[in-house]
Formats: sequence, C-alpha cells, structure tokens
Amino acid sequence: MTVSPLAAWRGRLAALAPALAVAERPFRSQLTVRASEPSAIAAMGSALGVVFPSVPCTFTAGSGQFGDVEVLWLGPDEFLVVAAPDLQVSIEEVLRGALGSSRGSVVDTSAQRTTVILEGPHVRDVLAHGCSVDLHPSAAPAGTCVQTLLARTGIILQVTGPDRCTVLVRSSFAEYLAAWLSDACVEYQAAAP
Amino acid sequence: MTFRTPTGGTIDRNTLLHFTFNGRKLTGHPGDTLASALLANGVHEVGSSVKLGRPRGIVAAGSEDPTSLVQVEEPFPEPMLLATTVELFDGLVARGLAGQGRLAPEPDPARYDAKHEHCDVLVVGAGPAGLAAALTAARSGARVVLVDEQNQAGGALLGVDEYLDDRPSAAWVADVLAELRSTAGVLVLERTTAFGMYQDGFVLALQKRTDHLGFAAPAGVARQRVWRIRTRQIVLATGAHERPVVFAGNDRPGIMLASSARTFLHRYGVLPGSRAVVFTTNDSAYCAAIDLAESGVDVPMIVDARPEAPARLATECAARGIEVRAGHVVIGTEGAGRVTDAHVAPLDGVAGHCDTVVCDTVLVSGGWNPVVNLFSQARGKLRYDAELGAFVPGEELETVRVAGSATGELDLTACVRQGRNAGASAAISAGFTPRGQMPLPVSDSRCTSRSGLVLWRVPGDDDASFVDLQRDATVADVLRATGAGLRSLEHIKRYTTIGTAHDQGKTSGMIAAGIVAEALGVELADQRPTTFRPPYTAVSFAALAGRDRGELHDPVRVTAIHPWHVAHGALFEDVGQWKRPWYYPQAGEDLHTAVLRECKATRESVGMMDGSTLGKIDVQGRDAGKFLDMLYTNMMSTLKVGRIRYGVMCGVDGMVIDDGTVIRVGEERYLVTTTTGNAAKILDWMEEWLQTEWPHLDVHCTSVTEHWATIPLVGPKSRDVLAAVAPDLDVSNEAFEFMTWHDTHVAGVPARVCRISFSGELAYEINVTAWHGLAVWEALMAAGEQYGITPYGTETMHVLRAEKGYPIIGQETDATVTPQDLGMSWAVSKKKPDFIGKRSFARAENNRTDRKQLVGLLPVDPSVLLPEGSQIVETDRLPEPPVRMLGHVTSSYPSAALGRTFALALVRSGHERIGETLYVPVEDSLVPVTVTESVLYDKEGARRDG
Amino acid sequence: MQLIPCPWCGPREEAEFHYGGQAHVAYPEDPSALTDEEWAQYVFFRENPSGPFAERWSHSAGCRRWFNAVRDTRSHDLLAVYRAGEPMPEVLS
Ligand SMILES: [Zn+2]
Repeated sequence: MTVSPLAAWRGRLAALAPALAVAERPFRSQLTVRASEPSAIAAMGSALGVVFPSVPCTFTAGSGQFGDVEVLWLGPDEFLVVAAPDLQVSIEEVLRGALGSSRGSVVDTSAQRTTVILEGPHVRDVLAHGCSVDLHPSAAPAGTCVQTLLARTGIILQVTGPDRCTVLVRSSFAEYLAAWLSDACVEYQAAAP
Repeated sequence: MTFRTPTGGTIDRNTLLHFTFNGRKLTGHPGDTLASALLANGVHEVGSSVKLGRPRGIVAAGSEDPTSLVQVEEPFPEPMLLATTVELFDGLVARGLAGQGRLAPEPDPARYDAKHEHCDVLVVGAGPAGLAAALTAARSGARVVLVDEQNQAGGALLGVDEYLDDRPSAAWVADVLAELRSTAGVLVLERTTAFGMYQDGFVLALQKRTDHLGFAAPAGVARQRVWRIRTRQIVLATGAHERPVVFAGNDRPGIMLASSARTFLHRYGVLPGSRAVVFTTNDSAYCAAIDLAESGVDVPMIVDARPEAPARLATECAARGIEVRAGHVVIGTEGAGRVTDAHVAPLDGVAGHCDTVVCDTVLVSGGWNPVVNLFSQARGKLRYDAELGAFVPGEELETVRVAGSATGELDLTACVRQGRNAGASAAISAGFTPRGQMPLPVSDSRCTSRSGLVLWRVPGDDDASFVDLQRDATVADVLRATGAGLRSLEHIKRYTTIGTAHDQGKTSGMIAAGIVAEALGVELADQRPTTFRPPYTAVSFAALAGRDRGELHDPVRVTAIHPWHVAHGALFEDVGQWKRPWYYPQAGEDLHTAVLRECKATRESVGMMDGSTLGKIDVQGRDAGKFLDMLYTNMMSTLKVGRIRYGVMCGVDGMVIDDGTVIRVGEERYLVTTTTGNAAKILDWMEEWLQTEWPHLDVHCTSVTEHWATIPLVGPKSRDVLAAVAPDLDVSNEAFEFMTWHDTHVAGVPARVCRISFSGELAYEINVTAWHGLAVWEALMAAGEQYGITPYGTETMHVLRAEKGYPIIGQETDATVTPQDLGMSWAVSKKKPDFIGKRSFARAENNRTDRKQLVGLLPVDPSVLLPEGSQIVETDRLPEPPVRMLGHVTSSYPSAALGRTFALALVRSGHERIGETLYVPVEDSLVPVTVTESVLYDKEGARRDG
Repeated sequence: MQLIPCPWCGPREEAEFHYGGQAHVAYPEDPSALTDEEWAQYVFFRENPSGPFAERWSHSAGCRRWFNAVRDTRSHDLLAVYRAGEPMPEVLS
C-alpha cells in the first residue's frame, strides 16, 4: 500500500476551489539525470520521445514509449525526467543505456518530491504571496520551469498554461506547502475589500 | 459648537459616524480622519507630551504630524497611531497618548500578508507629478505600479480648491486615474506607503487595506499588506512637507501648519478655529488665510517675517479685512491648554514693542521641505537649497528620478512637466517608447512663489521654543548640544533625541539642522543631513511578520511514517526543521521511565525507530571512489560492492564536520548517509569541491534523502522479525554479514536492507521508497508483536549509542574537535596521500597533548545525573577564580543496561586521565566522577551478531 | 533584498544563494609539501579589501551551481558574475 505525502490533505486542498483548484498528483516516475555531452542528451531525448530543454529555466514535453514525458531543466547539466507512475525502473534502464559511457548519472528520485497542480485565475496571485520570481505571463510564459523558494520551502515551479502551474516540492515539505497554500487562498475565498 | 463648514470637502455628509475619543461620544462623516473629526468637534487637544506632560494638539494633516498620537482601543487595541492617518469609522474608540502606548496583551486576530509585485516603473506619490509620471509610463506600455499614502489620489490638490484648465482639480485627477485604471499592466495602490528603498529596485510598501472599515472589515482579508515591489525604474513624486518656524510657546494646541489648516478646510470641510493668526515667511500661507477668511474664520492678522509683504496678496487680504504685518514675527503665545493669544513683534527685535492678538488658532508656515527620505535611502546625495532652506535631491541616479515638489519645485504646471518627463525617461530606461504625450494643465493657484525667507526660529525663551514637539526637545537642548562640543547632526540628533520619535523628524529635522548651523556659524551647504532610514512611517511588527506566524512560522518537515508516530502518542523533538519522535510515553510514563523501557526492550528483544531523516546522497561516476577518498578521512575506494563502511568527514582545518555510512552500490556508485541536520550542508560541500576544485572528476551527487524511508530494526530479535517480513532474504549471520547490504523485498515491496548498528546490538536498516514507508513500518510492528517490538525515539537512540561511546556530530563535537580527539584514529587513513583535513592533523596545535578528548564519566554516586553542558574541574574544592575548566559534559543519561548514570565529556588530555577522579560543579556541590573510556557497554562487541 | 544575477538562471533574490568566501583560492596541489604557516595561510586567511572582491556564490535554492562574482564591498554592488572556471573579468571599481 502506498501513501502519498499529501494523502491526508486531499479533502482540504479540494475545498480551496473555486479560489484555486489544488490537487496532488502523487507517485509520478521521476529521475534525476546529470549529463553534459550533447550526444548523450540527444540520445536520452530520443529514447523518451522528448527533446531535453537547452534553455535554462524551461521544461519540455514529448511522448514516446513511456507515454507523455516531461523534462525539466534543473541546472546546466541537470534534468528531471517526469512520467506516469510505475515507470521509473524501466525509464532508468533506458536512460542508462542512452547515456552509455558518457559522463553523467541517472538516479530514481520518484519519492523525493511530490507534485501539486494549481489551476485558476488566482494562481499567479497566490504564488506571488510567497514567490519572488516574476510570474507575469510576459516574464514566465508557459514552458517556464524555475527552482526557487515559495515562502520557506524550495520548489520547482512549472508554468504549464494560462492560469495553470505545477509545483514539485520535497516530500518532507509537502505538508508545509499545503498548509501555506490553504492559508494563502483564504484571501481569495473571502470577499475582496 | 461645530467647526464643520456647511459645504465642501470629500466627506459624505449624509452619513453620520459615531466614535468615542477620550471618553467623549462624538460624530463625524465617512471621509474624515480621526483628526478632522476631532477638529470638527472643536477638539484640538489630543494628548500630552512624553516628558513634560504639556498638552499636544494637531500640527499637520498627514503622516508628518508630530503630535496627534492616539491609541485605538476598539475594534482592537493598537498604540501609537496618528489621528491624522486614522480614517474614521463607526464605533471607533480611541484616546490620546502621552507619547507612549501599550501593545495589546491578547493576540491580534487580524490577518496580515505580503505580496511580491514586479514592474518596469514604480511611481511613489499620486499627486500631480506622480499622476503625470504614471500616465506617461503607462502609455508607453510599461508595467506601472503607482502607490500613494492617501485613500484617494491627488496629493496636494486634495488640500486646495484650485482649478486646472478651468475645471476643479479633482476632475483632472479623476481623468488621469480613470485612464490609469483602464490601462493593462497598471496597478494603482492607494492607502499604500512606500516605506523603504533597497538595492536593485526593491521597494517595500505598506498597504492599509481594511483598517478604514473598522468593525466591518471582512474576515479573511488581510488587514495590511507588505508589498515587496521589484522595479526597474522609480519615480519619486513624494511631495513636500510644510515646515514650521520655532518660537516661544509654539507647542500649544491650536498652533498648526497653515497648509494643513487649508487641507482640513478643503478636504474635510473643517475649520481649525474661530480666530486665526497666520505667521508666515512665504506666500503660500496667504492662500490659507484668504480661504479661511472666506469660509468664515476671523483672520485678524498675517504676520509676515519678510520685510515686505507680497503686494498682490496683501491687497487681497486688505479686501477681506486681514491686516498684514510685514517684518513681524510671533514671539510667544499664551493659553492654559489651547492657544488664547499670540504675541507679535518686529523681527528686528525692537525691544519692548509687542502686540498681543487674541486668537484660538495660530497657523504657521516656514516654507517647504521636499520629501527626500526615499531618495536618500536610495543612496541619492542631497544638496542644500539656500533659497528654499531645505535639502533637495542633489544628483541624478540611474534608476531613481524625482519629480514635483519633492525636487523643491512649487509651481504646479512645472511639477506636472517634471512628472511627465520623469515618467517618459523612466519608461525609456526600462525599454519602452513614450506615446501620446499628456498636455500640461494650467493652474489658477496664486501662492506658489518661491520667494520665502528662511527662518528657523524666532529668538526668545529657548526653553519654551520647541524643535521636536514629540520629544519635548527645545532650542535650549540644541544649544546645549552644540555648547557641549557636538558638531555632527548625527551626534546632536542622538544627544537631543530630535527626530527619533514616530515621525522621524519630518517637521523638525531641517529646523534642527538650521539652528545647529547658526549656532556653530557654519554653512548648511557644508553640513551632512542625518541619514534617512526605513521605515518612512511606522510599520507594525504584525505587518512585517505577515503570514509567517503559527504553523507557517517555519516549515515543519515530516517523514512518511509521521502519521503513525502521531497516532501512537509520540512526543516530538525538533531536529532542524524535522519533527522526530523523541519518545513514546505509555500511560503514566515520563521521559525517564519511557526511555529506560525503550532501551531495555531494544537491548533485550527488539526495537525500531524512524531513521528517514538521515541525509542520503547518491554518488555516481567513474571517479566516485576517488572523490569519496578525498572527502572522508578513511578509504572508500577499496570498499567492495555490497559492503558498507562508516566514515568521518573533516573540514580543511581537520575538524569533524559529519559522519555516516558509505554503501558501495556498484563499481561506480555509492550511497552515503549524513546526519539529519547536515544533509543539505554536506551535499553543498560535495558540490562545492566538485564544481570549484575538481570539475575534471567524473562524479555526480544527487540527494535522495526523501526518496527513501529508513527504518532501523534493532536488538537481538531483529533477525527474527526481519526474517518474517523478508522471505526472500537469507538473514543468517553467514549469509548477511555485518556491514553488508542486500536488495530484497520487505513486506512485499522492494527494499534495501543494510546490516549496520548504531547501538552495538544486532541491527538492520530497512530502506524502502518513501511512499511504502508507513506500510512497511506497520508490517514490521505486526511481525515483531510476538517479541514485544518497541518503537523508540531519538532519546533512546542517543542513550544506546552513548553507552557504546559513539559520538553525535554537533553534540559531542563543535567546530574544534578532530577525529583523534574523538578516539577515532582508526577511521583516519594513513595510506591515502591526501584527503580534506589531513594536512591539518600535522599542525602543532592539533598535536598538543592537552587537547580536549572524548571520554566517559561515571559519577561516583551512580544515581547522580550530570547536567549536560556542565563544566569539569580538577579539584574537589573550587579555587579562587579564575577557575581552570578541563572541559564539559556533552551527553548524560541514566542507563538501563549499565544500571547507573553515565556521561560523555570532552576533557583536556582526557585519554591520559582515564581512571582519574575529576569534579563537576552542579549547583552548590562538586560531584566526583571517574574518567573512563568512552565505550561503556559491550566493549568486546559480542552483541553485534545477535 | 539584493538581486544576484546567477550566470544560469538570471537575477534572483539573494535569499536563494549561499556565500562561499573568497574566489580563486585553489586547494594546494600538495598540502604535505607546505609548511604549517603556508597551510594555515590557505586554511585561515582571506583577503578583506575595501572595494572589488572576487568571491564565490552558490545558487543553492536554484540551479545549485557555484559561480564567481566581483562585489564592491563598499556598496555591495555586484560588478560582474562569471561561471566557475572562467577568468575574472576586468571591472571598474
Ligand atoms: Zn541558477
């Protein structure tokens, strides 16, 4: 039996709608990839059906043998590969194969972070209460992926569409994030002054 | 008697608000401030002064007011607010203060928050210049934030009844504001004070969002918000404050700045009194005098310190029966509370000549001080403008422009032009092209001439001439400071306390500087003004704390198994941000009895704890072994796949920074563990070396701390429990040796089981993917039930390891302890040519024989528990101070296994002292203790294999 | 809150960064060949100039990269940032 970091928060997060639609997407396959050789990066991308991001602070998406896969830029030689649950073992194998003898590493970090989907017209407002990165659509269009601080926890923030974001948070900080989000939404559930 | 005019102002006369001040029930209207409502009721005396207890009134109409301090009592007690900035609401209860308030003892139920905002151009101040700047920038397509302290835009226009382009100025303001509000990318924040300017375009602003709603403030909406604004360009259109002139008896209620009286009239429909003497050094007060006279106030006299009055304005006054006395000043006032008389005499001091004018109001104008606080905070240099008698912005800054009367400009059209230019150049600097230039309005104002006389004070009774009305600081105090030899304004400010009250010297600072310059015979142009520091106006701690209170004050990190610990009554210990089970008390147990039980059960049968907080780092790459050889004091590259080694890490200074186990997962892959508190630090440490010193090494480190749930299963029965849940695993001592690991299934899920021990007992550490942690924990509990499996917390872990002499990094060590000091020379490789810290071990300092070394201490009386942190001395009697301390107790516990208390300690030359008796001062006695080796339990290691 | 321009992620608030002391202080090639005094110089002694100072920063809450920055210690202004391994750029103090 598996228990996700925010299992106990499901009801409370759902109750934040319509101010903000918040839901955990647990158990996704996540692999931290370190690689710097372009050929190895390209090989890993083609094995997964997605072009790895070459621009800092962005993510890419594609589809292949493991279905929909996202690759998040975490650093100049660091990526997070994200796919549907229960694929981490086979994806790790495929990535290792593609990496070959090139410098790099592949690590299963599926349970290191959990995923929270945020959607609604107030999503940027809510995040702006704790995130110092400019989330205006002109500065952070869809496809943006930043590692930064939200209030007092580190997050990976993906802008996935207008009024839609994905937040990845370290599992041990997930309840803090949920509590912070719930509190931030109070303002948008109340009548505006 | 009412002092409310029959018409005028922006108040809502159809609605009556009831409020209570100093116990009196009064009424006002929406749109009033507490100050305007008090004045409308004829109340001038608000509180009293902090030192002398003299009555204090209302000097100004805005946040520059030095005197009208009140405490709001209802809806919620809040001290040290200015009556001039408290918007009136129904049911308000307030009272005047004597310079000090009191914080409410009960928690503030209001919500406070913070929000980040980014823009291209931030405009501070929504007066004519600020509006022009904001509109110009907005039309260029820039993202614009306009903040203003007031509840409505207009700035100085709110306090006059002047016309722009033949329309009331409010119409011009409304037009600009409407366009701003309808332009995408523009945020207009009223009731918002930019209170601090910091580096890189960072500005903090406090917005009072629901204060004005009083009891009707909606729950859930933050009452105040700190805006954290990051902008590329800034336009400061912060305006100017009128400056008084200091004279004897200038502190009586009823003595007010002339422009403030005009503001009370035009904005709030309030007359300051019945009979007003106007004392001025410049033209602007004439408008106040004329406006008030036209509104029914008896204005017997304008006292103009200049040798000649302005002809045109003097004619206007004459037409209204106002006598203008040029070359005269107010030299004193009378009045037990409020002013009753003003004494008027020639400025040139013809002795004996003095007229007394009966009045209930004295309006004063000594000129204008540009509000340069934020410009100065932005490190802008100030320049003394001798004509104005004030400091003005003295240089151009790359990202900060100043426009309007904040520059010293007093003509309205010129202010708007400055604002327009500043908005345009700010937009250009931010990468935008100005479009559609706004036309400059033409004002019908008559009183904007700069031709004033700079007059700081009227000679007279220095002890009764108040410079800072809030601090009760007088001219005499300033002269005492200069007389004592102080010359710097910063020193004089601190000596006299001028400018240190809530208003930070908005009306007094410039005058103090002027009086000092006169006293010292120096030029103000050569004086450096005192430093302006944030906050510009008072900001409550509640607002600064925002939502970082209660459970959000600091993150609480929890493991996947945490819900079980809570459900089973664990008490928790904070380890960094983690909540770790401390112990699991059963009914009637305290810490002591619970831990003795947990220790006993673990040593005699089987115990289990949640070790998930341990830091875990995956180290991969061809050079992983070589890298770890450099980081650890012992050799890791020789570790065989499948095996585990304990390792110690030092800094370059040779001092221990962390320890843990190193698991060799594959030829090119290790998994290392760190202490709970150091997980992030050690990963950073590794990256630091890899990225900055050894980028050629093929090694990559990845944190997997939270990927794994980690469960140490400890005690002689641990093998039986493990066997029950890991049917695939051969748990025999031969097949599963100490310091090896196996991948298997535990409770049906993939698991990595390590045979390591931090207690000396037979023990396993079970690692599973975190989301399986709770289920596996419960399966282990079920499997161990027949052995009385006992969950234990950090306290029992500490006792078990201390009995074995295992140090805890950060408890036994600080930043001054080497592995040798810990008795861990065995963990320091002699074969490796180098590793971090190695060279330092050879330093003379690290080879002193009197270094503090880790030993055990056994109190001679086995029931005495030494307090951790106790000092250790050599003799059974304390000598005269200074007493030589030999070291201190690092850990101390009662032990079930030893049947007595024991301690670990760092003691000078400790290893040589084994067997000696030393003494530990505890309260008033010296407790004798025997020094022993640090390992106290199972020295032979017989229990390790079960 | 100062902005620090990470050479990878761009300007971020300083709270995302860790300070790493003086830059370009290389780990000695052969520590054992150094005298105690030379070794102590490496371990304990750093420059403390009034003016431009090359120092190391890590974007610890972001991309976790170490990089170098030249900061004017009088104003805290960052005069230049550059990636690890790159030479220190010329800066005007
Ligand atoms: Zn970065």
